[in-house]
Amino acid sequence: MTPPSMPNAADAPVAVRMSEIVKTFGDVVANRGASLEVKRGEIHAIVGENGAGKSTLMRILSGMYGNDGGRVEVRVVKGEVGRGDEGLRDVTGWNTAEAIEAGVGMVHQHFMLVPPLTVAENVVLGREPKRGMTIDRRAAEQSVAELSARSGLVVPATAKVADLSVGEAQRVEILKALYRGAKILILDEPTAVLSPPEVTQLWDVLRKLRADGGTIILITHKLDEVMDVSDAITVMRAGETVARLRTSETTPRDIARAMVGRDVALALDAAGSAPSRASAPNGAALLELRNVRVDSPRRRGVVNDVSLTVAAGEIVGIAGVEGNGQTELIEAIAGLTPLASGEIRIAGQDASRLTVRERGDAGLSHVPEDRHRRGLVLDYSIADNLILGQQHHFTRDAQLNIARINDHARRRVAEFDIRPPNPHLPARSLSGGNQQKVVIAREMGRDFKVLLAAQPTRGVDVGAIEFIHERLRRSRAAGKAVLLVSADLAEVLALSDRIAVMYGGRIVAVLPRSDASAEVLGPYMTGAAGTVTQAGVA
Amino acid sequence: MNETRKTQLMETLLPPIVALLVAIVVGDLLILTFGQSPAAVYKLLLDGTWGNAYGIGQVLYKATTLTFTGLAVALGIRAGLFNIGGEGQLAAGGFVAALIGLALPAATPAIFAAILCTLGAAAGGGAVGAVPGYLRARFGAHEVITTIMLNFVVLALLGWIVSAKIHVPESLHTPEIHTGAVTRLSDIMPVFHGSAANLTLLVALATAAAVSWYLFRTRRGYELRAVGLQPDAAEYGGVDVASVRWRALAISGALAGMGGINFVLGYKRYYEEGFATGAGFLGIAVALVGRNSPSGIVIAALLFATLSQGGLAVNALVPKQMVDVLQAVVILAVATAVPAVRQSIRSAAKDVARSLAKQTPLEAPTAEVSK
Amino acid sequence: MIALAFLAQTLRIAIPYLFAGAGGVMSERSGLIALTLEGYMLGGAFGAAVGALATGSPLLGAITGMIFGGLLALLYAVSALKFKANQVVTGVAINLLVVGLTRFFLRLLYDSSSNSPRVPGFGRAESGGGFAALAINPLVWLGLLALVVIGWLLARTAFGLRVRAVGEHPEAAASVGVNVARTRYIAVILSGMLASLGGVYLTLDQHQFTDQMTAGRGFIALAATIFGRWEPKRVAIACLLFAAAETLQIQLQGTQAIPSQFIEMIPYVLTIIALAGVVGKAVQPAALGREESA
Repeated sequence: MTPPSMPNAADAPVAVRMSEIVKTFGDVVANRGASLEVKRGEIHAIVGENGAGKSTLMRILSGMYGNDGGRVEVRVVKGEVGRGDEGLRDVTGWNTAEAIEAGVGMVHQHFMLVPPLTVAENVVLGREPKRGMTIDRRAAEQSVAELSARSGLVVPATAKVADLSVGEAQRVEILKALYRGAKILILDEPTAVLSPPEVTQLWDVLRKLRADGGTIILITHKLDEVMDVSDAITVMRAGETVARLRTSETTPRDIARAMVGRDVALALDAAGSAPSRASAPNGAALLELRNVRVDSPRRRGVVNDVSLTVAAGEIVGIAGVEGNGQTELIEAIAGLTPLASGEIRIAGQDASRLTVRERGDAGLSHVPEDRHRRGLVLDYSIADNLILGQQHHFTRDAQLNIARINDHARRRVAEFDIRPPNPHLPARSLSGGNQQKVVIAREMGRDFKVLLAAQPTRGVDVGAIEFIHERLRRSRAAGKAVLLVSADLAEVLALSDRIAVMYGGRIVAVLPRSDASAEVLGPYMTGAAGTVTQAGVA
Repeated sequence: MNETRKTQLMETLLPPIVALLVAIVVGDLLILTFGQSPAAVYKLLLDGTWGNAYGIGQVLYKATTLTFTGLAVALGIRAGLFNIGGEGQLAAGGFVAALIGLALPAATPAIFAAILCTLGAAAGGGAVGAVPGYLRARFGAHEVITTIMLNFVVLALLGWIVSAKIHVPESLHTPEIHTGAVTRLSDIMPVFHGSAANLTLLVALATAAAVSWYLFRTRRGYELRAVGLQPDAAEYGGVDVASVRWRALAISGALAGMGGINFVLGYKRYYEEGFATGAGFLGIAVALVGRNSPSGIVIAALLFATLSQGGLAVNALVPKQMVDVLQAVVILAVATAVPAVRQSIRSAAKDVARSLAKQTPLEAPTAEVSK
Repeated sequence: MIALAFLAQTLRIAIPYLFAGAGGVMSERSGLIALTLEGYMLGGAFGAAVGALATGSPLLGAITGMIFGGLLALLYAVSALKFKANQVVTGVAINLLVVGLTRFFLRLLYDSSSNSPRVPGFGRAESGGGFAALAINPLVWLGLLALVVIGWLLARTAFGLRVRAVGEHPEAAASVGVNVARTRYIAVILSGMLASLGGVYLTLDQHQFTDQMTAGRGFIALAATIFGRWEPKRVAIACLLFAAAETLQIQLQGTQAIPSQFIEMIPYVLTIIALAGVVGKAVQPAALGREESA
């Protein structure tokens, strides 16, 4: 897919040009010939779905990763800004220190701050102003104050970072980059952690930086933000650059279409009619959530007042941008995170206070979103992993019933086509798809009533995706209740009978499949449409 | 598949091989420093240990205690916990065994008394291990520090009880137990005359087998190892991680405590201050070289016992302190070299796994629906 | 007078703790567990004897002791940082190694299994245990300064800031170009040299090296480091507190008031209680002991 040529607009010099970038991690290709061109003095948004390769591309630009193919060029700014039109330097393969030196700074999604140190200490770390043998604290605090005043990023210089709010911590991150003389500032999903007023403030800061001649690259998937603040847009999909647009000449609809891809949209329409016919759920409610609230150590109400019912023979999909409470909701249902308030019922039984094991015995199966951390003990054999969570059913007196475990493993390995078909291999040695099949085989190969499927096809190959989808549909046909969470909208649309959208910890919309489409859901997912629509059966 | 087996075998054999090579190289250096011939010293070392029945008996005696403390450390590590309080637990176990032996009337049948004393030893060590276990589970207090600090507390406490309450005048030990003595090897086979080896070594072997069974054949063992490898996955699998940790440290303490009967019931027949000195730390070495597997631990315990008995045998030529150095060097070398070598064995597979784990993996959103 | 004698003795006992406590703070704040303090101290004590006996100069003895401590710390740092060996195992091994090496070389050099010949110290032996003897011993002054200087170093200098950063969040430090490994190497070697001075003091004060003469003082210093929540000022107070308890024990000897063993337990019990969060949560450096963080 060749990227469309840049629509003519701003004739500012090019600040960053990345071409034909290839980056692989093991057998996963993150960037396959991605490209990017950013003009000096613009706010440039990079949009795309989860896993489109945006963060990887930016980490290559900031020197964190080396690329396997392609070229990175940056207009290196030293001292004052501007120096004619040529002067792009090939910086392919540089490291973080060189990037910082050249004025490229990145604000990561996970902050790189030292919590017990003060704001000023964090800002100057590695480039401390000195007076004699000691750090010139006053100079450090003054620099922070000056940068604060110039950029509008107000933070108390002497406060400990640990005591700051997330929004303030982010300002410190930006200040750090500015202190190091960043002229090209990359922000990776900066608004994911911010409240709406903080977002407005951030936009003001970015505009101010732009006015000062700074170049800003913003990774996001919230289209309202893109329309709000950016001058130009690069759309990525599946590791490639699929569109370059000027914000003033485009609409959210066009961007969304580019993000999701036309062929997908067509396929969705075709697939859409088939499952939704069975959508009127006539089965009993097997999973009921009533006013569920979950608090995290950092934030109250990460999941806020969520009520949802999943009936027998139904797949309910939760759509939404990651980080809007889906993970916490699933963990709360599974019993891994305590409920702050509300009620969870599994097959009619109040499960709010049950342990993980008791919930499992009540009929709950759970395909966790992170199989490397939660779903598998990587050094355990396939056979041992196939009983994880069920181990108390595989005992005879105090002992594990090894014969039964092996027999069980042999049957599951065959039924779910786990390769290589040797139950004694450690799970670590399997491919991503086969690891996930082990999890699926364990959770769906037993007697269950309710299935939580969180990101069930993340990082698995095409064949395994098909297999897993087929299994989910079969569960529905067998009268199970399935709650599906996926960051991949196409997957949610392809499988669900009803679709709930989570945003900011709340369910902002519940729609029957027949009423849902990327275009309809987009505004809810990105927070552009705030009102709760209670369509269909809630 | 074959490749995995080969890798596993190499990983199992690696620590003892590294240990032996390094011990020989450093040993040679030390011997040469002292102006002696390495060959002569090694010959003396072997003659004094495996060369005669007395030497064998002493090695077996020392290996018995080390098997217990090694098992204690290994069980902790399997649960992801570092118990370095073996010395205090061993002492507490021996002390409780002696107390029971003193409290029981002399007429109590020895076998019955010995069993009671052994259970008491396990309870004593287990109680000492349970404290850091509780502190870890309840407050998250790191067990490395609490176990080591508790060593000093327990040893001081026992020191006080012995010196203030029940010692034999002019000594640091309790009176002899009335009953519960474990038969010495020399009582059965006179050839072992003079050596401290006793039937506790059978208890050690049985305990190693029991630990192996517990870890690899029971549900609790399955859950314990899962907690040690991936606590998050264990939690997902319905395991109560905090109580597994608590229980693991208590069992670990009990294993170390049982080692106390080797000295108290099998050898001296009284509790003496300082009998546990060093055995806790050597347990770490034994677990390390034995790769935390019960059978490996028995072999590693024999290796370290040979070294320490061998030190006495070679004292005529080189200071016996040489073996202290060798033991330390072996631990250091195994701890340092083995991960490095193992890493290079595994590196290819690991690289992929690591990059996968770090990355938000690429999805193929178009694949399914566009087919 | 009694109060003065008490103070003088407390000070005398506290000096090794203050040195080793400073070493403990330095090492742990940079992210490496300081189980090795005991080994550094014993190595320093032996080095002092070797150096002073070879040259007749206590000063050169002190320098030799510091070099020994620094080398041991380097060994620890290489194992833990370069080879990513487990810090607990390595720490235990280094402690055992020092016990073995000092015993071996005690035999080799001085043909004794228990102690070295008489070692020249600072000042005159006949000046007794009072303040006068303390005042003329430069190590006393150094010991009193050690934690003050470390406190200043950590709080005020660029190096100190980097040490704190790598002990808390090495990735963040690395992301702004701080050389994490180098910072830790320097901190650990400094830690070894500081702690070894505690051992040097013992040898020069007692005028000989005896087998295992540090007798767990390194672990008391580690306890002080933790009980003092890794803050130099608090650690200094903890060292003095533990020394005062020990002095009390010595003063009470003979009387039956409190068994000495109970006073011996004080540092350890307090540390366990502190770790359990009963007297304020002890918040350790976030990256302490992490193997992969080097």
